[in-house]
Amino acid sequence: MAWFFSKSSDEGIVLTSRIRLARNIDGIPFPHLLDKENAKKVVDDVTSAILESNSVISNDFEVINLSDISLNEKMSMVEKHLISKDLINRSDISAVMINRDKNVSIMINEEDHIRLQVIYPGFKLKEAYELASKIDDLIEQRVNYAYDTKLGYLTSCPTNVGTGLRASVMLHLPALTITKNINNIINTINQVGLTIRGLYGEGSNALGNVYQISNQITLGLSEDEIINNLIAVTKKIVEKEKKAREMLLEKQSVELEDELYRSLGILKFARSISTQESLELISKVRMGVEMGIIKDVKVDSLNELFVSVQPATLQLLENRDLNPRDRDIVRAKLIREKLS
Amino acid sequence: MLCQRCNQKEANVHITKIINGVKTELHLCDECAKQSEDVNMNFAINFGMPMSFQNILDGFVEMLGGAPKTYEEEVCPVCKMSFNDFRNKGRMGCSRCYSAFAPKITPIIKRIHGNIEHTGKVPARTGGDLKLKRDIERLKEELKIAINKEEYEKAAKLRDEIRNLESKLDNQRGE
Repeated sequence: MAWFFSKSSDEGIVLTSRIRLARNIDGIPFPHLLDKENAKKVVDDVTSAILESNSVISNDFEVINLSDISLNEKMSMVEKHLISKDLINRSDISAVMINRDKNVSIMINEEDHIRLQVIYPGFKLKEAYELASKIDDLIEQRVNYAYDTKLGYLTSCPTNVGTGLRASVMLHLPALTITKNINNIINTINQVGLTIRGLYGEGSNALGNVYQISNQITLGLSEDEIINNLIAVTKKIVEKEKKAREMLLEKQSVELEDELYRSLGILKFARSISTQESLELISKVRMGVEMGIIKDVKVDSLNELFVSVQPATLQLLENRDLNPRDRDIVRAKLIREKLS
Repeated sequence: MLCQRCNQKEANVHITKIINGVKTELHLCDECAKQSEDVNMNFAINFGMPMSFQNILDGFVEMLGGAPKTYEEEVCPVCKMSFNDFRNKGRMGCSRCYSAFAPKITPIIKRIHGNIEHTGKVPARTGGDLKLKRDIERLKEELKIAINKEEYEKAAKLRDEIRNLESKLDNQRGE
């Protein structure tokens, strides 16, 4: 979960930058029609393309067959954004390659044969794309991609055809959320070919005031254009979030301070707490630290907690399955220890 | 009058409901009214059924005069999927489906992306000289911008790069 430690981000508002490339192998049915034999061949072809390449990065990768690991381990990887739920749903045929730094994951037999993902802390979309494109080239040396001169990279769902690129940033927008300005932004974003979603993608809520913004259109624009659009819009949203924080401080400083310190108080003393509540409070305390209001809490601890309070990761840390009641108790304890 | 829920505070929210001709009255205090579903005039209703890609796709196919679902039709020679299968699943069967159903799928792609022409990355090995052509186009765009910004040094570099790639392209064709 190294990627989540976003202190390198200039603003603290852009948590991560993510690039995802969808690729398929020519002439082989897409994963939803794939039998086990062909699925295994896809996994073998893609993994050997990386592992047997001459590139220095080939030694970095570990191959994990989804059928070999526990549901808790799988869910924890989802919580860390290393794999998608869709990959878990196809556990009998799917695999993932993850690098040592845990910022590159190559999902095999997800919705497409290959979903290559690079995730960097902070605002680094271009760097993330560069690395993704390099690994993409490496795979392409050995794998025959499904590519059409007119339509570009062919994908299982026509919504991804063309570049196969989904670029996204994860933004922490507590002030825009509290001041209810977020709805305006959601509406505007949808008008410029971008989409905004909650922490865990499609259909998920904005847990902990974290939002994902990504491009909707993948065909007709080049990778650079898609990424530059997203960068331009992200910069504007970051500006708005900063403005909202200033306004809060100016107009309601006591109420704001009260809210932030109460949040910290609950985190420090609660004996039982849900995932949702803890994410919400961690978000507020984080904003307090970034605004210089709360001084004796480290952003690093908050970043770490943001991942480790989530159910599967929490259970992995504890090394046992817990019922929801015990989970809330263990979670509260973990938070108290981290913040004491 | 006291609130009918808590029986403690003064009721100052009064609700009259008539459902199927049966009239009921409810008198609540501010606090209880906030918690009551009867007065919760929150318009943010969650329908619990997000629009899926299939829903939208179906709309597109209908609008474009697509075949009725029972229509017997040709299948993709590689994966044996029919266009109706695609319509039901919202997923293509394999990469060849795109050419097998080109006349039907192209207008749908146009609806989704507003475009049917890929202008991005070209795979180095399978893309042939298309990659060179695209690189040249991209550099020419950059050249235009550099000239507009009066960055002449950069423009000269770009011009050389373009010439270099163009001669490469000529050589490839000559081979």
